Amino acid sequence: MSDSPLDWMALANKKAKGKRPEFFDEPEDDRIYSILIALVGEVSVLRTRLDTVERLLDEKGTISRDDIENFAPDREAGFERGALIREYILRVMRGPIQAMESLQEQEPPIEDVSRELKEI
Amino acid sequence: MSKNNQAPVDVAPPYQAVTRHGVSPKPSHDEAARFDFLANFNKVLSGTLGPGNKLAYDKRVLPTFKKEHGREPKDRFEIRHAMNKDPFHQIWSASKRNSMEMRQQNGRAMVLRQLDELDAKARALNESVPDTLELNPDVQVPRYQAAVDIHCMPGSYHGEERPGDVSAGANYDCGIFATTAGGLGALSDGGGAALADWIRKERPGWTPRRILDIGCTIGHNIVPVALAFPETEIIAIDTAAPSLRYGHARAQSLGAKNIKFIQMNAEDLSRYEYGHFDWVQTTMFLHETSGKALPRIIEEGYRVLAEGGLMLHLEQPQYSDEMPLYEQFIRDWDAFNNNEPFWSAMHALDLKGIMQKSGFAKEELFVTGVRAVVDRSIFPEAPTGEAEDHGRAAVWNAYGAWKGGKPA
Repeated sequence: MSDSPLDWMALANKKAKGKRPEFFDEPEDDRIYSILIALVGEVSVLRTRLDTVERLLDEKGTISRDDIENFAPDREAGFERGALIREYILRVMRGPIQAMESLQEQEPPIEDVSRELKEI
Repeated sequence: MSKNNQAPVDVAPPYQAVTRHGVSPKPSHDEAARFDFLANFNKVLSGTLGPGNKLAYDKRVLPTFKKEHGREPKDRFEIRHAMNKDPFHQIWSASKRNSMEMRQQNGRAMVLRQLDELDAKARALNESVPDTLELNPDVQVPRYQAAVDIHCMPGSYHGEERPGDVSAGANYDCGIFATTAGGLGALSDGGGAALADWIRKERPGWTPRRILDIGCTIGHNIVPVALAFPETEIIAIDTAAPSLRYGHARAQSLGAKNIKFIQMNAEDLSRYEYGHFDWVQTTMFLHETSGKALPRIIEEGYRVLAEGGLMLHLEQPQYSDEMPLYEQFIRDWDAFNNNEPFWSAMHALDLKGIMQKSGFAKEELFVTGVRAVVDRSIFPEAPTGEAEDHGRAAVWNAYGAWKGGKPA
């Protein structure tokens, strides 16, 4: 086994072999969406870390980095943190979720409603 | 669990709740939080947003298709091409693909950061019982395992960051939690646990002499079977050495001492005589083979299976004429978007026909449903129906046969 240390940060990012499908009409949109979703994930990580800090402070009044690294939520805390993440995801995914809702019922453009209201 | 009369919320269990074995990577706080995000993100993508695809199809894509073509789509491929132009499906697919890529990045970052320790632990476990791990550098990685990196896992099951490492196995193992949102349980072994459970009911009191597990990867589905039958001699084969190295160490640390992990291609089982095994199985493996390899593997499996023995293949449901084309399309998503290039063709195969061709009589065949067996106090029941995460739900079909009929 080699003694030279791995550049694990760079290696973690390795691309999987196989052409990546393009999902959007413009390839740049695929790149930007990847950045966006990664950022969405990292904000969730920060929020979870803050939740850890809050819980530890509630419990002990003072904390160390080790306390944070070794924190493991009990069943109730695990559920509450999961619910927090879910609520956060629903909030940031509001656009697609509402797009889905609007598929359920075809709505007329607001211009049409505006014209209608003028007449009634 | 709900509070203040709120509706129950479908939340993934925390990653810290998984059981750690002797070669599990230890997550930092933020690494665990990344998997917690992905597990819940996947739940929202399948449960909340997944049904939007059907809506987009019914309300928008299908009417447009019919207008343009003057007919219904004739197969799942036409639906896919039409759906790929729909803005809702585009953002859903892009989200799902990114979730998978992030799962790989996050898992690899955690594993590679501590690879020295993981390799040392695996080596110590493997060297303590050298007889149950047999690697053979002459075994070639077949084209169907090497053409692309399966489920976007860089390096697939066989990749190494340095010679002799266990990174591929460790990354595969830890990330199953995120991909299935904990649906496979504390050791991601709910499929194997389900098999052990199923056979106890199906044939009470039976102890097979020998079991062959084909395409075992890290052994997560054979370990529960090995623990259920400690007297049984188990052979677990795969072509990927890094996964076997990790899987053997993992099995040892979990107390499954009766599995021998061997690097071998199942298309050639000539090492074993006719009727050597009482049970030959694959779990979620056949879709990662190829059009010619699959029947060869089943033929070889039939040959080495004893009279009265059991052949069992755990897979997602096969497509049939009775399955609506839309469902076939959505079940096909991983084939084209998650590097599972044989998935689509495999699920359209006449598996029963292939098994008959290998030697089974029609009346010896059966199909049964199997649901992951996990600790429900912590881990969730896998949703089915519209909210199902098609392609990775912890609910499978078992395609099986008793050679010469099930013994009384």
